[in-house]
Amino acid sequence: MRTKQMLAALLMLLICPGLMFAGTVSGKVTYTGTPAKPKPIDMSKEPSCAKEHATPVTTETVVTGANNALGNVVVYISTGAPDEGQVPPQAVTFEQKGCQYIPHVLTMHTGQELKVVNNDQTSHNIHPLAKTNREWNKSQPPGTPPISEKYDKEEFIPVKCNVHPWMHGYFAVLKTSHVDVSKDDGGFKLPNLPPGKYTITAWHESYGTKTADVTITGNETKDVNFSFTAKPY
Amino acid sequence: MGKIFAVTLALIAILSAVPIVMNYWGPPEDISTHGHAIDEQMKDTMYEAGFSFLAAQFILGLFIWQYTGRKTGDKLKTFPGGAKGLVIAALVLVGTEILALGVIGQKAWASVYFAAPDKDAMTIQSQAGQFAFYFRYAGPDGKFGGMHPDKIDEGNQNFFGLDPENDVDARDDVISGELGVPVNRQVNLLLHSKDVGHSFYVRELRIQQDYVPGLDLAVHFTATKPGRYEIVCTQLCGLGHYNMKAYLNVMSQEDFDKWLKEKSGQ
Repeated sequence: MRTKQMLAALLMLLICPGLMFAGTVSGKVTYTGTPAKPKPIDMSKEPSCAKEHATPVTTETVVTGANNALGNVVVYISTGAPDEGQVPPQAVTFEQKGCQYIPHVLTMHTGQELKVVNNDQTSHNIHPLAKTNREWNKSQPPGTPPISEKYDKEEFIPVKCNVHPWMHGYFAVLKTSHVDVSKDDGGFKLPNLPPGKYTITAWHESYGTKTADVTITGNETKDVNFSFTAKPY
Repeated sequence: MGKIFAVTLALIAILSAVPIVMNYWGPPEDISTHGHAIDEQMKDTMYEAGFSFLAAQFILGLFIWQYTGRKTGDKLKTFPGGAKGLVIAALVLVGTEILALGVIGQKAWASVYFAAPDKDAMTIQSQAGQFAFYFRYAGPDGKFGGMHPDKIDEGNQNFFGLDPENDVDARDDVISGELGVPVNRQVNLLLHSKDVGHSFYVRELRIQQDYVPGLDLAVHFTATKPGRYEIVCTQLCGLGHYNMKAYLNVMSQEDFDKWLKEKSGQ
């Protein structure tokens, strides 16, 4: 009888890990104060890119939404993440299109493969300004295969293009895949968390970082909200 | 054989002169107030150099025609006065030619580079960096904010390193990737380089001036015809040099005011 129960429990563990590790942290990132207005980007020197945009392109340093929502904030588990060292086998893709970086902030696990794709009709020169990781700087003419790279250490790396000064993005290299980037409505969600104590960190490229501690006890959803102080300039 | 060579030489000289005499590859239309003097100077130089070139080729052809097929044992003819005289004659001739071009030409050059800009000239600052040009207008207060190299943040469109947080003058500065200027108004363009040497070149303006890192240089001009003209970098500045360009947009005063307002409202 006991063996049967044990077996059943084991089966449960095997089949429904989702049910067991169903803790979720979700919430919203907002700002207080007046953020700087997004500035228009003049791409007239690169007509092949300029014609890809029907509406004027603006800077993505501060992306806001209705009700003081703050986008492009990286929210991740900085302490207690259960998957440290588990490098996802699939690659993440950083696209260059219309002389912009898509996405503006790309998250990846340390050691995870990063693919940089040029989908423009012009040459790009991708230059992530890494400080703790090894810095590299590669030219990528149109039609060339993706560049494959990876980073060994945790770091937020600003990325620029050596040909188009307005192009700007970030790599968030983390020791976990429990990460989300807040959308334009400020929302984020970190699902599939086993019970435990976690420190959640929210990082914004101009407003810095905020942290919050959270304890997951079982199958529950914890609300965690972050608020940043916006700067007008 | 020598005679055929002499004729071929003369033919090549004539053929290469045709496109220049017929003005096949003339400069684009001049849209500046000072450009005509430079065009005149270029023309004079071309006439002078072209005449010398043709004369030299024809004389060379003539000599080949005349003295080809010399038999061994014939006496060599020499230039009157010997080699020394020849060298002195050539030096005087070429020296006078170059000196004359320089003396006449400096007028066209000095009128642009040595004259001070008008008092009411509009000052625009440009920042050249790998691999784009950016332009800055002082805004309603007429004052440029200070430049702080450590504040340069290109991803956030702060190409000049302004500090609007602490510097009131910088707050209304208007930044543009296109050089918009009103027609028939003198513009005093300040040239500043962020990194290496670049060059500001607008063919139609007849202006080509280097940016030198560490130096604040200036050049002034008055554009006389509305339109869009290409500004290209003509100083090899790195990998993306071929792609370093911007546009000069010459507008009526009315359009310019509107354009500047649009740029500042953004």
